[in-house]
Amino acid sequence: MTEFLLIDWVLFSALAWLSIGLVGVAFPRNFTLISRILFPLGAVVALVLALLALSGLLAGPQVRILPLGLPDLPFHLRLDALSAFFLLLLGATAAGISIYAAGYIRKGEGTAPGLQCLLYHVFLASMAFVMLADDGYAFMVAWESMALSSFFLVTSEHRHAEIRRAGYLYLLVAHIGAVGILLSFGVMAGSTGDYTFDAMRDFFHEGIWPTVAFLLALFGFGAKAGLLPLHVWLPEAHPAAPSPVSAMMSGVMLKTAIYGLLRVSFDLLHAQLWWWGILLLVLGLATALFGVIFATVQTDMKRLLAYSSIENIGLIFVGFGLTLVFKSFLLPNLAALALTATLYHCLNHAFFKSLLFLSTGSVLHATHERNLGKLGGLIHRMPWVAWLALVGVLASAGLPPLNGFISEWLLLQSFLFTSGLPHGYLNMLLPVFAAAVALIAALAGFAMVKFFGIVFLGQPREENLAHARDAGRLERIGLLWLAAGCVLLGVFPNVVIALLDPVTRLLVGSGLRAAASSHGWWLLAPISEDRASYSPAIFLGTIALLMPLVYWAVNRYYHGRLKRVPAWDCGFPLQTSRMQDTAEGFGQPIRRIFSPFLRRTREHPSPFDAKPRYRSIVEDPFWYWLYLPIARIVEHGTRLIAFLQQGRIAIYLLYSFVTLLTLLVLTRG
Amino acid sequence: MNFYAFFAQLVALAVALVMAPILNGWVNQCRAWLQNRSAPPLLQTYYTLSKLFHKDVLLAHNASSLFRSAPYIIFSCMALASAIVPSLSTNLIYSPAADAIALVGLFALARVFIALAGMDVGTSFGSLGSRREMLIGFLAEPALLMVFFTASLISRSTSLSTIVETLAHREFVIYPSLAFAGVAFSMVSLAENARVPIDNPTTHLELTMVHEAMILEYSGRHLALIEWAACLKLFAYSCIGLALFFPFGIPEAADPVSLAIAGAILMLKLAVGGFLLALVETISAKMRIFRAPEFLGTAFLLAVLAMLVHLLLEAGQ
Repeated sequence: MTEFLLIDWVLFSALAWLSIGLVGVAFPRNFTLISRILFPLGAVVALVLALLALSGLLAGPQVRILPLGLPDLPFHLRLDALSAFFLLLLGATAAGISIYAAGYIRKGEGTAPGLQCLLYHVFLASMAFVMLADDGYAFMVAWESMALSSFFLVTSEHRHAEIRRAGYLYLLVAHIGAVGILLSFGVMAGSTGDYTFDAMRDFFHEGIWPTVAFLLALFGFGAKAGLLPLHVWLPEAHPAAPSPVSAMMSGVMLKTAIYGLLRVSFDLLHAQLWWWGILLLVLGLATALFGVIFATVQTDMKRLLAYSSIENIGLIFVGFGLTLVFKSFLLPNLAALALTATLYHCLNHAFFKSLLFLSTGSVLHATHERNLGKLGGLIHRMPWVAWLALVGVLASAGLPPLNGFISEWLLLQSFLFTSGLPHGYLNMLLPVFAAAVALIAALAGFAMVKFFGIVFLGQPREENLAHARDAGRLERIGLLWLAAGCVLLGVFPNVVIALLDPVTRLLVGSGLRAAASSHGWWLLAPISEDRASYSPAIFLGTIALLMPLVYWAVNRYYHGRLKRVPAWDCGFPLQTSRMQDTAEGFGQPIRRIFSPFLRRTREHPSPFDAKPRYRSIVEDPFWYWLYLPIARIVEHGTRLIAFLQQGRIAIYLLYSFVTLLTLLVLTRG
Repeated sequence: MNFYAFFAQLVALAVALVMAPILNGWVNQCRAWLQNRSAPPLLQTYYTLSKLFHKDVLLAHNASSLFRSAPYIIFSCMALASAIVPSLSTNLIYSPAADAIALVGLFALARVFIALAGMDVGTSFGSLGSRREMLIGFLAEPALLMVFFTASLISRSTSLSTIVETLAHREFVIYPSLAFAGVAFSMVSLAENARVPIDNPTTHLELTMVHEAMILEYSGRHLALIEWAACLKLFAYSCIGLALFFPFGIPEAADPVSLAIAGAILMLKLAVGGFLLALVETISAKMRIFRAPEFLGTAFLLAVLAMLVHLLLEAGQ
């Protein structure tokens, strides 16, 4: 090794994670070591990785060949702007999640702490390797170890049957997806038989083959990302996993699929067809709309967030599709705008969704309850978690001046340019799709108000909530880190856009750095100031200035008198906590408006019932439209095949004989 | 130049803060006349606000700090919104700070806070109101955004100032799309400002309330701030409507003389607009809450139609 490159440092941090995991499993019962030293150490490594990735964004591509693996197939690694950006996402998010996990893990919960430490760090390291891999073989090894380690993390509480079932479903979908990815690599390697990405870049595909490779990759990565109709594992696996793992899976692991598809469609394949973009756009919109409608009707707080993740993945795919459309019409500047929105949303979602999942973890530990109908009023008992979760909620609802709004704004801006596409009807249809994006964003606000309002506001719905305790110090640090990320990403968009510039230059050949930096740090004007501009700093500054000013003025010129009294509630004398909206009640308008899309069963109690029970279950229609029919067909098929297996040796000998005869007849000519 | 922009910004903000309660009073006055009642004075909203500011705050035992800070946040959001809208001049220092999409986001921010505050005390009416407010919000927001999109496609900019300059000062072109967009916008503003036929600002029946149900637990200065913020919202929406569909008379310059002329024109337009609002409220009845999706769905379709009309008929111009 002649020179010590940046990629070696990145490699070392991934190896550091692996060794932290190994130390943990060496002392599986030493709780203090694991929670006070190893997990914080993992957070430090994540921070180092983020800084390395930051400098990797600016450096040129670097390659390394590891003498590992099969005899003729060493691992090829490569660090370029795209992988550096996703490594940055991984490091920056993992820093917060790891420090939170240090405070979160408890003795006697799920598998032994040492094993959890190993699996968690293997999970992190394999995600880093996914982003570094530069040949199909290394990629698949990393991809599979990511899937396996996360499977074991999901099933960490494997004594519950439903968690085992969720884990199995996750593993199944992950492997069906992996087959798609593997086939896609096979198609791209073509006749060369060389599975390095360099060979795929150089190989020129003809005819239908690029499309086949793209569709296979879309299937494979879509299964991991939770694209419709392969989303079914997400709402099962996320609630089952421990909260830091849910945060990691939703915040970072889903993005590895975006990374993979970006790598395949822009780096490995040469030409993009416009209808690929339209396909992604339509799939993304359907996914987002489906996810957000289901998020609003959930009654389990982690399922609600899981469906909201599906929605965000959908929005990311919408941006991705727009990028493909612009790129295929040779409009690199607009492609850069859409790609910036896409990548920015990846980063934002990683921060705010991890924050929200972690805050549900604190709520879960404090109350042992995931059901929204049994929570409430936690802002009094857990002010830290509540206020930090509020940041995540506002960001997730896409409200200014936080980060979720910026990517949404950029996405809508790129939609406005679709009217100039040189195509007969796309230029009419695509701007209308923006309406759906607006609807999705507004519905996300509904879902988030429901989540926050029912968990943290109101009166406690159960008696034991009065004993809920706020998050510990390490958990608070983790939450604070992620909340600060949400604010900073929202207030300094130009810095982020400048960082994204090398990535967009690599993938679509253009960047926004020049346009973004020409108006000062406080004004975001990605195209030109005349065209559109937005300044989150002024937003935040003005509101932060006006609020104390109004407060001071009101208290100075009038008075600050205040009396605590019972709630008014229009003078109704009896008020119990059960008279508030439940999760079902809050979602009722959505259930009513979107009832054709939902499959629901209801049981209304009779008015004479002494112990009335109202039950309303909303189920994922895809189970009934798609999965159960497939399962039935497969079962039927296996029963037909099972007919061959008679269990008598004479019959098997007959099969061999017939096969032999057939082969002889075939080879004769 | 820059000084004038600063000056115009301050004047615009002050006019919004002062005029918003008067506009509310004017609408109430017109409605009373139309309904053959004796009208309250024009400054009645001010008297109410002053009364509320003097009263003590009665805070429910269960109210959290979010409940107490929400009125200040909502008021600041609405003040910022009315500062962004080009009501008196297009040369404002805040006009590059937010475009039409950011303005929609700002209204959404205020809505989320008022809905959360409604759920905070944990009463039955509060969460009912919040749920309905968010329902109306998610139906109205896409329609509003589509109206802005149509205007943005016409002027090739989402900046409100540029939109106004395009529509008011370039050569006179009739845009059929704006007619559809205008109807859609009026419907959305009725819903967003808690007006008949979606909500009734003067209702006394709790079960029909939306906006009022959320703020039932507020009293004293908190209630005053929320009421003032609601007036500011109506003012801001009216100014957006005037800026998009009747932009004539909003100058690009920001010197005192043109500001004074623009102010006079604005008063005139608002007086007519307020009368029309009172007329609509008088001749229509409040809908059931589940008719709201149909009403706002119509607004949304009209807005999308406006965009299609623009893309089909006007895009070549």
